[in-house]
Amino acid sequence: MAEEKHHITSYKTYLLVLVALIIFTLLSVTITQIELSRWATVAALLIAGIKSTFVLLVFMHLKFDLRIFRVMVGLIISLLVVVIFITMLDFLFR
Amino acid sequence: MSENKQHDAQKSYLEETGGRKGIFKWILSTDHKRIGLLYLYSIMSWFFIGVTLGVLMKLELIAPGITIMGAQSYNATFTVHGVIMIFLIVIPGLPAVFGNFMLPIQIGAKDVAFPKLNLLSWYIYIAGSILVVSSLFAGGGPPDTGWTFYAPYSFKTGTNMLPAVLGAFVLGFSSILTGLNFLVTIHRLRAPGMTWLKMPVFPWTLYGTAWIQLLATPIVGITLLMVIGERIFNIGFFDPAKGGDPILYQHLFWIYSHPAVYIMILPAMGAISEIIPTFARKTIFGYRAIIVSTLAIAFVGYFVWGHHMFTSGMSGTALFTFSILTFIVAIPSAIKVFNWVSTMHQGSISADVPFLWAASFIFVFMIGGLTGLILGALAVNVHVHDTAFVVGHFHFIVFGGTGFAFFGALHYWFPKIYGRMYDRAWAKTGWIIFFIGFITLYGPMFYLGIRGMPRRYFDYLPDYHGPNIISSLGALVMVTGFVIIVINLFKSARSGEKAEMNPWGGTNLEWRIPSPPPLENFDEIPTIDKATYKYD
Repeated sequence: MAEEKHHITSYKTYLLVLVALIIFTLLSVTITQIELSRWATVAALLIAGIKSTFVLLVFMHLKFDLRIFRVMVGLIISLLVVVIFITMLDFLFR
Repeated sequence: MSENKQHDAQKSYLEETGGRKGIFKWILSTDHKRIGLLYLYSIMSWFFIGVTLGVLMKLELIAPGITIMGAQSYNATFTVHGVIMIFLIVIPGLPAVFGNFMLPIQIGAKDVAFPKLNLLSWYIYIAGSILVVSSLFAGGGPPDTGWTFYAPYSFKTGTNMLPAVLGAFVLGFSSILTGLNFLVTIHRLRAPGMTWLKMPVFPWTLYGTAWIQLLATPIVGITLLMVIGERIFNIGFFDPAKGGDPILYQHLFWIYSHPAVYIMILPAMGAISEIIPTFARKTIFGYRAIIVSTLAIAFVGYFVWGHHMFTSGMSGTALFTFSILTFIVAIPSAIKVFNWVSTMHQGSISADVPFLWAASFIFVFMIGGLTGLILGALAVNVHVHDTAFVVGHFHFIVFGGTGFAFFGALHYWFPKIYGRMYDRAWAKTGWIIFFIGFITLYGPMFYLGIRGMPRRYFDYLPDYHGPNIISSLGALVMVTGFVIIVINLFKSARSGEKAEMNPWGGTNLEWRIPSPPPLENFDEIPTIDKATYKYD
């Protein structure tokens, strides 16, 4: 039976990530008070993207997992980016 | 004791009840084969409702003016017909029925990776189905938006949108879980020696489908939730009056629903790729090209959704991009047709029932595919968009493609599933009547569409009367064929003559185990040492 090595993340790391997530959530609420026009969506997506990255890497252990899983998730995110890009070809040039 | 054990090992899955009786031996079983049949019976039950609604529509259109229903009833009928046919039948269709039954057997496994999750998927499917069908009977009348639930009408109409939309949302979970289960099964449970390039085509197509189920379905889930949010909380995502964008709804809906066409058609192509070499007695032509084209369809299929929206008011840049991508996705589909025809070339063809379904599949799929290219061309699309032409194209692809492949697969694997053979003469009679009815029903729609008859109207100008009569009569002929097919299969499942282990002379693993298969398929997990589809 193959022995599998599990990475154990410390409570301190989890706590730090949680704090970061709360800060970014507050930030995404705060920027709605600033007039960013079209860039408001970009800013909101950027913050959401950073938060998701934290969750994926630390809470979902992608950082400590096999490379193949990181590649698979990367491919899926690329797919999402292409889909958004194509949608923008409509939205931005309408 | 050992004799008993041996006897138990040879019991078929139909005899092995796990000590349960009556309906419980079905609805509590985690055996992939029984779950496949649960899906088959559920899907066929909904299919009867869907067909009935379809026939009612054709009866309404047999003459101009009100024939059997008015505008509102007609709107509701085509909506519920579409929702049932798409979400309850063709999307789960081949993967849930034949994928469940055949996938583990074809890759040399005893079951899927997560049998309990598999049963849960069926329960979720039933819950979603009941919600959808309940929209027919509850409160403000059946939904009338069309199966696409286009905003802003879908959150403004007073009809029963919530059960239908919520039902479609719930059904998505079933689809995702099935996809996840198949992905893990294919990655982890292939028999020793079954490398990726020794795997039969049907599991390959299920693999491509599973990725689409897993990645695209959540998008429609979110979209439907947004519609529910619009209806209940009046948020304004898609409401222009509140700064929302109705075209965004169409994007989100089709980002899922176009790949969903490939959820329907890829396993259909997989089943056809199983049938043709078996009845041509020839190794499949271009195995690798078929695999690559399967993955290419699954991949490129993600990026062509906009061709459903050519007249929605999208930007010119998007129109151009989607049109180009649409033409590109036709290439891998054409590769498959080329491979099937080449497999038949110089083969020793036996025109038995499954082959007849496969051959007619290629015929109707070609018509569906080529008319799809007409729709993919921007200038022509403007002329035929939202006309009967689109309805004809759609049914040639989805019903002609998935439906013919489904019946082909059913006749192909029927002896394996039930251990009994059907009456071939009646099966051929049913097929030819069905085929003639199909062409007569949907063929005139191309003509009507080119002449400008809009779709989704209960009434039409007298000029369109002739082709509509032909089309409506075609519906009755097709239903006659369908009834013959169902009665024949139903009777044969109960009292047909016993089928051999390998009645068609197939080469894949399912033909090397008894008919019907034992509970865990194989006494011993087989070792695969040669490529698939090898005929002497």
